[in-house]
Amino acid sequence: MHKQIFEKYPPKDKSVLIAILQDVQNHFGYLPETELQEVADFVGLPLSRVYGVATFYNQFRLTPLGENVIRVCRGTACHVSNSANILFNLESALNVKAGQTTRDKKFTLETVACIGACSIAPVITVNEDYFGKVAVKEIPNILKKYSTPKK
Amino acid sequence: MVELTINKIKVNAEEGMTILDAAKKAGIAIPTLCHLKDLFPTGACRICSVEVEGQRGLIPSCAYPVSEGMIVDTNSPRVRRARKTIVELLIENHPQDCLVCVRNKNCELQDLSAQYGVREHRYAGEAKEHAIDLSSPSLERDPAKCILCGRCVRVCNEVQNVGAIDFTNRGFQSTVTTPYNKGINISDCILCGQCILVCPTAALREKSASKEVSNALNSKSKYCVAQIAPAVRASLGEEYNMPLGADVTGQIVTGLRRLGFKKVFDTNFAADLTIMEEATELINRVTKNKPLPMFTSCCPGWVKYIEHNKPNLLNHVSTCKSPHEMEGAILKTYYAKKMGIDPKDIYVVSIMPCTVKKFESHRPELSEEHLADVDAVLTTRELVRFFNMAGIDFADLPQDNFDNPLGESTGAAVIFGTSGGVMEAALRTAYNMLTGKELEKLEFDDIRGFDGVKELSIKVNDLQLNVAVVNGVGNVAKILDDVEQGICKYHFIEVMACPGGCINGGGQPIHSKPEKLMKRVKALYSIDSKMFHRKSHENEAVKTLYKEFFVEPNSHKAHEILHTSYTPRKK
Ligand code: SF4
Ligand code: SF4
Ligand code: SF4
Ligand code: FES
Repeated sequence: MHKQIFEKYPPKDKSVLIAILQDVQNHFGYLPETELQEVADFVGLPLSRVYGVATFYNQFRLTPLGENVIRVCRGTACHVSNSANILFNLESALNVKAGQTTRDKKFTLETVACIGACSIAPVITVNEDYFGKVAVKEIPNILKKYSTPKK
Repeated sequence: MVELTINKIKVNAEEGMTILDAAKKAGIAIPTLCHLKDLFPTGACRICSVEVEGQRGLIPSCAYPVSEGMIVDTNSPRVRRARKTIVELLIENHPQDCLVCVRNKNCELQDLSAQYGVREHRYAGEAKEHAIDLSSPSLERDPAKCILCGRCVRVCNEVQNVGAIDFTNRGFQSTVTTPYNKGINISDCILCGQCILVCPTAALREKSASKEVSNALNSKSKYCVAQIAPAVRASLGEEYNMPLGADVTGQIVTGLRRLGFKKVFDTNFAADLTIMEEATELINRVTKNKPLPMFTSCCPGWVKYIEHNKPNLLNHVSTCKSPHEMEGAILKTYYAKKMGIDPKDIYVVSIMPCTVKKFESHRPELSEEHLADVDAVLTTRELVRFFNMAGIDFADLPQDNFDNPLGESTGAAVIFGTSGGVMEAALRTAYNMLTGKELEKLEFDDIRGFDGVKELSIKVNDLQLNVAVVNGVGNVAKILDDVEQGICKYHFIEVMACPGGCINGGGQPIHSKPEKLMKRVKALYSIDSKMFHRKSHENEAVKTLYKEFFVEPNSHKAHEILHTSYTPRKK
């Protein structure tokens, strides 16, 4: 599939690395390990360098997203409303750290700088849904809502 | 030429020179960490900062060119403060375990801390936690000790052209590691240890075999024998402040006996044997239309490189085992039988300038009836630690000779330790095998020295023999491409993974001065020039070995015991 991606670029040109990585991520949703090796061969760089670039930029993901993506706002307004505690409880409940995906691939937990909904801090989003003024005790219910299989 | 002022001293410097180099010329030392001579500066660590009049900020002197009339201060209070702060920050993110560190007293971070008078922990904070990568039999990576200078990354990428490790993540999470942080042993690292030689701390170090060797030496049932590689004898004296390039063969032999080795042999014996086998193989390939060019196989770093990068060309690599493996194989067959020792009891320890040879000794291809040819490999550095622990006053040791018959060798063997040596030795013997005559001049100056690729063409009978010597595996890519496309004009190519050859191996004393390398090379060529026999085919003990055991080079038995096969590996 990625053949089409490579067709757009000149081979052995190190300067196109980031553009190719973006295309690969758009196609797969993340950067699969096998693809990374092919990208390395195509641009003529060692895998270690390509991996280094992929881990340097926040925009790149090395693991697929879970079915649901939870984002915890860590902006200033949420911070003073103790969003750290929300994050901590989500991490414990899901048994992952921010940036990781649960083993069953149901949830990916991420932090964001500011969602722009400061008036209802602390805020988390699950996929497209917003949850404002979240309290720790609501977390189990929110998770349950998204854990039940769709249909 | 431009004139500038450094610390109020007038200094003349060539245009384009860095402030760092100009200062050095004037006898002014500036500390560096990320800087590597001959590589493009990165300006990453800032320890080399100086003040330049008219510039607001401090200037990294390793990356800044001199200019006419420039006024530089390398030692102002501001400069000293800045450097001290950098050192303090590095120390706070570093384990505080110097007393039990393998680089204790040989660490650039310690030196800087002492130099800038760091006396307290001013920035105590969170330190990184990392697991030590113990996956490889050759080297260990301890990222907690890494100060992110990037020297290993650059040597691996820009000099060795391997690129097994790189910076990953960013900020506080930044680490030098392999792709996906997997063990170095499953990466395409060739374990050459060049990164160890440039690492300022103990973040990169050899995997020590001292415990195993100690146990074997203490065991009643083991018959411990040692063998030493050519390059070790030209460098070990450096660790005892002996003159650079001193030949310390005799002291090493005595030292090893005192450590308890029953016999001390010379890998050079097997180097002569290698030449007999390899020259014969070359002649066979040339006359019987087998795959050419043939590559040498005595450097396991190079072998691992081609296994990862061009496995399709493995039939171009000589099938000869490397010399210390041949020596081990003979010890456990011919010698064991001759001496009436059960091969299972013989414990062969190779003293090598090399970290890859540890990995090599574990290769399943290199064993006789399930007994490894070589049981343990110690680097030059590890042997020094052994001597020190045993209270051996090395510099004052009397000299002794190797045991026989696996201790006899010629001048051709000792030059194996430097780039071009294997080729020169092979030519001395191949010429004789093909013509029945001896070369008039044994030295081949064209293939000596530190150039990346050295070439030579000589006429042997009707054959114009084209050979090349690749000094450092980073220079081999183009030749491999040519071989793949069938346009390579050479018959025979020597490749040594380490720049300079084994004298600059990853297991050698950590050096910082290029003069040391030159002196090591000189030492080997001088040993050769003083030898009575300087051609492998004149080695009497090797002749006897053929008479009593192998019959002739490349015989069936020789193939079984002295030759090997290779394994394609993933990139
Ligand atoms: S041992 Fe050699 S190949 Fe491996 S990381 Fe170090 S320099 Fe690179
Ligand atoms: S491992 Fe050593 S050489 Fe490599 S970046 Fe860290 S401190 Fe520098
Ligand atoms: S050049 Fe010598 S020291 Fe370096 S990897 Fe090869 S055999 Fe080992
Ligand atoms: S040595 Fe100059 S910036 Fe590191």
